[in-house]
Formats: sequence, structure tokens, C-alpha cells
Amino acid sequence: MQQFTGKGIGKGVAIGKIKIFDKSEEKVRRVSVEDTAAEFARFEEAKAKAIEQLGVLYEKACVEVGEENAAIFEVHQMMLDDDDYLDSIKNIIEEQKVNAEYAVATTGDNFSEMFANMEDEYFKARSADVKDISERVVRILSGSDGDSSSMDEPVIIVAQDLAPSETVQFDKSKLLAFVTHLGSSNSHTAILARMMNLPAIIGIEFDKAWDGKKAIVDGYKGTLTIDPDDEQLKEALLIREKDKEKAKLLRTLKGKPSVTKSGKKIKLYANIKGVNDTASALDNDAEGVGLFRSEFLYLEGDDFPSEETQFSAYKTVAENMGGKQVVIRTLDLGADKQVSYFDLGQEDNPAMGYRAIRICLTRPEIFKTQLRAIYRASAFGNVAIMFPMIISLDEVLQCKKIVEEVKAELKAEGIPFKEDVELGIMIETPAAAVISETLAHEVDFFSIGTNDLTQYTLAIDRQNAKLDNINDSHHPAVLELIRMTIENGHKGGAWVGICGELAADTTLTKTFIEYGVDELSVSPGFVLSVRNEIINN
Amino acid sequence: MKTFDYVITDEVGIHARPAGILVKEAKGMSSKITIEANGKSAEATKLMAIMSLGVKKGATVTVKVEGPDEDADAEKIENFFKENL
Repeated sequence: MQQFTGKGIGKGVAIGKIKIFDKSEEKVRRVSVEDTAAEFARFEEAKAKAIEQLGVLYEKACVEVGEENAAIFEVHQMMLDDDDYLDSIKNIIEEQKVNAEYAVATTGDNFSEMFANMEDEYFKARSADVKDISERVVRILSGSDGDSSSMDEPVIIVAQDLAPSETVQFDKSKLLAFVTHLGSSNSHTAILARMMNLPAIIGIEFDKAWDGKKAIVDGYKGTLTIDPDDEQLKEALLIREKDKEKAKLLRTLKGKPSVTKSGKKIKLYANIKGVNDTASALDNDAEGVGLFRSEFLYLEGDDFPSEETQFSAYKTVAENMGGKQVVIRTLDLGADKQVSYFDLGQEDNPAMGYRAIRICLTRPEIFKTQLRAIYRASAFGNVAIMFPMIISLDEVLQCKKIVEEVKAELKAEGIPFKEDVELGIMIETPAAAVISETLAHEVDFFSIGTNDLTQYTLAIDRQNAKLDNINDSHHPAVLELIRMTIENGHKGGAWVGICGELAADTTLTKTFIEYGVDELSVSPGFVLSVRNEIINN
Repeated sequence: MKTFDYVITDEVGIHARPAGILVKEAKGMSSKITIEANGKSAEATKLMAIMSLGVKKGATVTVKVEGPDEDADAEKIENFFKENL
């Protein structure tokens, strides 16, 4: 038995096998071989297996992210069958009399460098594809064939760090918990873990030897126990049972209205990040969607999502929610959410850099595609639009102007949409909070993003784990900005919600009700516990 | 030998997916098909070589088709370009 302590960032207890998600490049050794024909045959066998694996991935991706986004795996299969690529591998094996691993790695490096040196961003990004396929073949050849994305039984994912796009790649039904070394409690990966209602711990350095071992992840205590003894297993099972009991109790609150003791109805919405989360939102009895993080459409593909792809996602969510309000937040890329096909450039301070609405207003073609898709979906349900990272009145006016242009375009094309889609903004900068009364006159609603509001108010980088201990989201300055925003919103005729992590903090629900909040939007798993607080306050 | 020019209208250029389909088509033909663009050339049966031409929207490509069935193959390839690129 071994126990390690980090910081619990997702509550709950999980028991299961560890799966190491290791991205560190495998060191490929150059080994001389005598029988080059046999070595090439070994390569061909590995290649066939890789193509087979990619076929499985393609099928899975088709179901989960759609055929258009899945096509990349088909391209990967064809790359593996490329004549030049194969010739190069064959040539290295035969001429240098070396092992297949070395030949594949060298060829992969050469081809990937060729793409990396190309000017166009799209073709540049293909270098990652060549690397990816080569690494897959090397893994198969060297027997370390852990295909990270295909897991046959539920596992505890242990990694150095996880990017948001990696976190979404996992099959949710096969995930028990996350344990990473890096990352902070406010990173997007942590938010995703909470959203999926999974126990998660950060700050634990892993050992490759753990792969396949049984372990307990305790998200309450922040502990990872490898090879637990019977006593520990019994204890973990007990906590898990208690959690289940509590969840069962909360389920009795399903169908009950979220009304405070004084009779105020609070809109209790859910935060979702994709079409698949609507099931969980509805299952937990959310009264609408207060934050649809549309950037996940952008993180999943290898190019900007088309109007059709976006329209289909927004329409499906609007339809699934059956007339309940769905607040779609427009593109919020930048900072810690980067995509390979859109080079935002290196920034010293990305959280304060070129991101979200700042991208949209300088790249109106990207923005318009999204707005067209949302307006088209408005004909199929009750959607609302929310603009992130606002700091000035001028930005709000610019957004509204582009919205008008989009509406005029759709009208001219005879495409149906709803005229009175509610428009709102996120209040996540101190600047927006301070001028919120002015802004309220221009919009239908506010949604306070407490994660960024805390980061910008306290000048604490939420990705910096070293500052977690002073990153106090209950800081009086943050709470005062929230109170002020709610008051000013009401003065200007806008309803005000909170969609950050703080909305789910049940120790603050009473305070927010006192401030006069109209809406709280939380991860689906927290809807019922927040309703419990609302009813009792 | 048959030759034709084509101006790419696809937003991203000859990107991975159509390049992949092009390779499939070309492999099913008896003619030798060469694509020239940006002063470089690539055989239509080679995926990475085609992609490394870096053909973007608005670029002109010259396609050469050579072989016993060059008339029919050239027509098929030209139609493919019109439909997909």
C-alpha cells in the first residue's frame, strides 16, 4: 500500500484500476538488425494494427462528434499508407540495417518537420498528424500499446497534465477519476472534472509502474491510495455508499420549484459544454441552460466548425431542452483554451490577452458564422446569446451591430429565426462590474462569471497552482462586485445570473439570494443541492 | 498526355480530406497523374506529397494525365476537382 496526498478538486470517491496517460515522447533506440526483410515485415504488421485502431477511433468519433470531425482518423489511415512515407521507412531499415521503431520515428520526424516548415497555418498543423500516426506505430512496435482513448473498463486516469481537449476525448462512461501532477483547482480541466461529477486530484507526481494497479481516489481528502488494503477499501466503499444516499435524497427534490422561503423564484440552470450534456442537465432537473460553452465545438475539430456543424449542435440542444431557455456563450477561445488550427501567437499573459470577444470583434467572419448558426437555431427553441469578456460599452454596441447585420442577412435569405432572442453579457472583468449600470441598459441580462472575475479582481492567475492558497473566491471585494452588479443590473432593467463555480457554492447561496440574484447556473450534478439551499433560504 | 488547369475554390485549399479522396481516385486509374502547383509537382497517388504542395484557395494547379486511358481519366479527375475543390 502506498498513499499520496495532493489537492482534491472534484469531490467523491472512486475505486478502480489506474491508467497512465503518458504523453512524454517514447525514447526510441537505434538498434542494428541483420534480417531487414523480417524487420520490414514487423513494421507492416504494426502498420496494419495501427490502421485497424484508427478505424475503431473513426467509428467512435462518428458517434460522439459527428462524421465531419471524425474524418481526420480516416486521413490518418491514408497517411499510414502513403507511398513516400512507406518508402522512407523501408529505405532506412534496409540501408542503415536498423530496427523498425527507429525508422518510423526518423521518418515521422522528417515528414512532420516538412509540414511544420510550411507557411499556411492549416498545413503547418498537419505536422501533429504525422507525429501522431508515427507515435502510434512506434507504440505498437515497442509493445507499449496503450491506446489512451480506447479503454475497455472504467479507469482512473493518471497524467502529468491534461489539456481541456484531452479531457473531452475520454469516453465518459469509462472514467472513474482524474489524478494529475500539474493544473490548478480553477483550470478548465478541473472544471470539466467537476462538470462530469468525477473525483479529481491535482499535485500528485505519477510513477509509470502504477499502470494497471488498483487504487482509491478520495477527492474529499485529496489522497490517492495505490494497492489499498481491505480496511481502506471498506472505508472507501462506505463513503461511496453515503454519497449515493445523499444523491438519492436530493433526487426527491426533482420536480420541485426553486423558490426561496420569501417566495422568490430563482431560475436554476445548468452549465453544459456540448450536446451530450443536455441529458445530464435534464436528468438533474435543470430549468434551463445558463451557460452553453460553445468553445468545445471549436476544441473538438481540426478546423473552425462550419455554420452547419454549429447550427446542428445549437438546434439539438434547443430542441432537447424543449422550450427551456438555452444561453449560448459565443466563442471563448484564448487564455488556456488553445486550438491547433488557429494560432493565437505566443503571449506573455494570455489570460489578459487576445481572447474571447476580442477575437470575435477583430475576426467578424468567425463571429458571424457562429451568430448565424445561433439565430438559425432560435427557430427551434428558446435560445439566448451571451458575449464573454466584455470590458466596455463600445464592445457591447459593436456586438449588437454585428447581430443586426446577421439578422438582416438571414431575413434577406428568407431563413426563419426569432426576432427577440435575449442578448446578454458576461460580467467577468472588474471593469464591466463597475460600469454595469450603463451596460444594463443595452442588454437583457447579465451572467457573472466568478472564476475570471476573481482572477482579475485579485490579480491571481487561476492556472498558477502556487497561488491556490490565497485565491479566495469569497474575498469581500469579489462579493461586493457581485452585489453591485446585481443591483446595477436591476436598475438598468436586466436580469442577473451567476454562472461561475461560485454559483454552485452552497455556502453562498443564501448571500446571493439576499443580493437579489435572479438565476444560478451550475454543473448539472449540483442543480439539486443548490435547489435544496434555495428552498431552505 | 492530357493537361488541364484548375483554380482552387475550396476555402482551405487542397486539405487533408479531399487530398485523401483524390489519392483513392488516382490509385484506381491506370494513368500516371501529376499535379503541379507553386513550382512543385506531386504524383496524385501520394497523399503527403500532395499536401506538402500547400495549395491554397485561389491557386492554379496544372494536372497532367498520361497513359492508355488518359482521355477518360482526365475527364474523371477534372470532374473530381470541380466537385470537391
